[in-house]
Amino acid sequence: MKDTPLSNCERDFLLKAIEEKKRLDGRQTYDYRNIKITFGTDYGCCFVDLGKTRVMAQVSCELVAPKETRPNEGILFFNIELSPMASPAFEPGRQSELSVKLNRQLERCFRNSKCIDTESLCVVSGEKVWQIRVDVHTLNHDGNLMDAASIAAITALCHFRRPDVSIQGEEITVYTPEERDPIPLSIYHMPISVSFSFFQQGTYLLVDPCEREERVMDGLLMIAMNKHREICSIQSSGGIMLLKEQVLRCSKIASVKVSEITELISKALENDKKARKAGERCGFAESMPQERITALKMDETPVEMKNVTEKAEDIVKKYEAPPQSVPSPLVPAPGVGQVGQGQQNSWGLEEEDGESEEEEEMVVEDQPKNKLDQGECCK
Amino acid sequence: MTHFYTKCFLIEQPDHFMIKIRVSNWQTVCKSTDISLREFGCEQNLLSRPDGSASFIQGDTSVLAGMYGPAEVKVSKEIYDRATLEVLIQPKVGLPSVRERSQEQCVRETCEASLLSFLHPRSSLTLILQVVHNDGSLLSCLLNAACMALMDAGLPMSCLFCGVTCAINSDGQIITDPTVAQEKESRAILTFAIDSTDHKVLMSSTQGSFSVYELQQCIAVCQKASEKIFLFYRDSVQRRYSKTL
Repeated sequence: MKDTPLSNCERDFLLKAIEEKKRLDGRQTYDYRNIKITFGTDYGCCFVDLGKTRVMAQVSCELVAPKETRPNEGILFFNIELSPMASPAFEPGRQSELSVKLNRQLERCFRNSKCIDTESLCVVSGEKVWQIRVDVHTLNHDGNLMDAASIAAITALCHFRRPDVSIQGEEITVYTPEERDPIPLSIYHMPISVSFSFFQQGTYLLVDPCEREERVMDGLLMIAMNKHREICSIQSSGGIMLLKEQVLRCSKIASVKVSEITELISKALENDKKARKAGERCGFAESMPQERITALKMDETPVEMKNVTEKAEDIVKKYEAPPQSVPSPLVPAPGVGQVGQGQQNSWGLEEEDGESEEEEEMVVEDQPKNKLDQGECCK
Repeated sequence: MTHFYTKCFLIEQPDHFMIKIRVSNWQTVCKSTDISLREFGCEQNLLSRPDGSASFIQGDTSVLAGMYGPAEVKVSKEIYDRATLEVLIQPKVGLPSVRERSQEQCVRETCEASLLSFLHPRSSLTLILQVVHNDGSLLSCLLNAACMALMDAGLPMSCLFCGVTCAINSDGQIITDPTVAQEKESRAILTFAIDSTDHKVLMSSTQGSFSVYELQQCIAVCQKASEKIFLFYRDSVQRRYSKTL
């Protein structure tokens, strides 16, 4: 499916508006869109809404053998899926350039910055370690997938609980969540990426571009930082040339934004923890907005079962047993199974002497083929 | 346990099941008390990019559906007189596997039976379903989300459809809308897609062994349960359009 191309007048309009310091949705230059974080029923699942961009992250864990070069460390695996639901331009299966870029950025942002203590994920050195897998699914693409994905990934990692493990000599016991409470991962810091888009060869700068703005931008600068003002990763793409002052200014803006977003994440995690402790049911059924006109909820309903047994008996009595469609197989020769008989030649050829011979030949030839087909079915 | 998948309404039963019926004297009588559907909820038009989107929640099972179409189709996939429907199911963890492919086939055949695809020749309709949480009766939740997304996209359909799952546990009791725990203990799980006009079965996907009598009972139970779901569709669409000028 192809995405609708951007028309020239749209492009000119956007660029003109940016020159006059106006954005389509009325934001200021350094404003982020509304961020909303919700959690799912099980640990490690979270939804992030960045304006209309919607992303879901799910963390899962598994016991595997560690890498040979690092026998004491657990493994972190990130995967961003650009789902075709997010945009008609995303094709299923094939790894597009954007998908590779986002995956690589996410890996650099989290793995290389060592935000998670991988040594605590080791169970038996050299034999069994935990592999933490983070799957990020993009649900709606309205610009700035990278920021939304990084917020979702770190929130899901903070929310996740892995099963408890105890080692007694040679025996290792992995407890289910019912037996022992699962334990959270040890996370040192929370890197969050902030994206800056540049227009007119670096003259104008916008934070958190929406999809239209992304289409007309010249270049993108992504800075991943944590709230302690440590830069975890920087990436500049699009081939624009930036001055040193511009990059420093962007990093200052990023540190302000990151501290705001980190506070938002901590608050959301706190609220969820309180709700789970209070025993409330956490899940999507509860987080679904009730005041919206497009949403509706119905409680548990019993189903009337009055004449089900009579109806079923009726139907079974009424309809006869189906005809014997699968007769028992014959074995005319060893290695050959035959079910049914070969069909009559239905090509409607005129019966003449010469042709009747051909017919017989054809019929004879048909038989082995039929036998083969039916023999294969018998398998 | 024999596994077999049935795809059409007239089901050809191999011989040995019929013999079982004649001998057993309705021994496997299913007690049809205490059948209820979990609470369900739905939200339409929640994504801005797809032409139609819906999220359907049954208890804790939740599915998000997005629909694009009618749109341009690749020449290799085009059909000269109908629209090409493509269904993609994305699991929550990992890449799609054979299980998702078979679920895609079930959903696609049900949709093709009810969509008026000849109104959009040489076009593509793409339906993407994302599993958000699986707590049992996943296939029926996928079908319901698909139907709501098709409605939200405004595609012409000859009838609506809904999915209902029921499980037969070891006592012979029928449970509708089972959770994962209930599905594990059951000896058979049956999912049916029921259409809204005649309440007939559009698609069936079963797992496990059961008798002909139990099958017919399950179909009757699902038909009764589908009435509730169709009422829910009607209510949600009525609520949605209650404020249009």
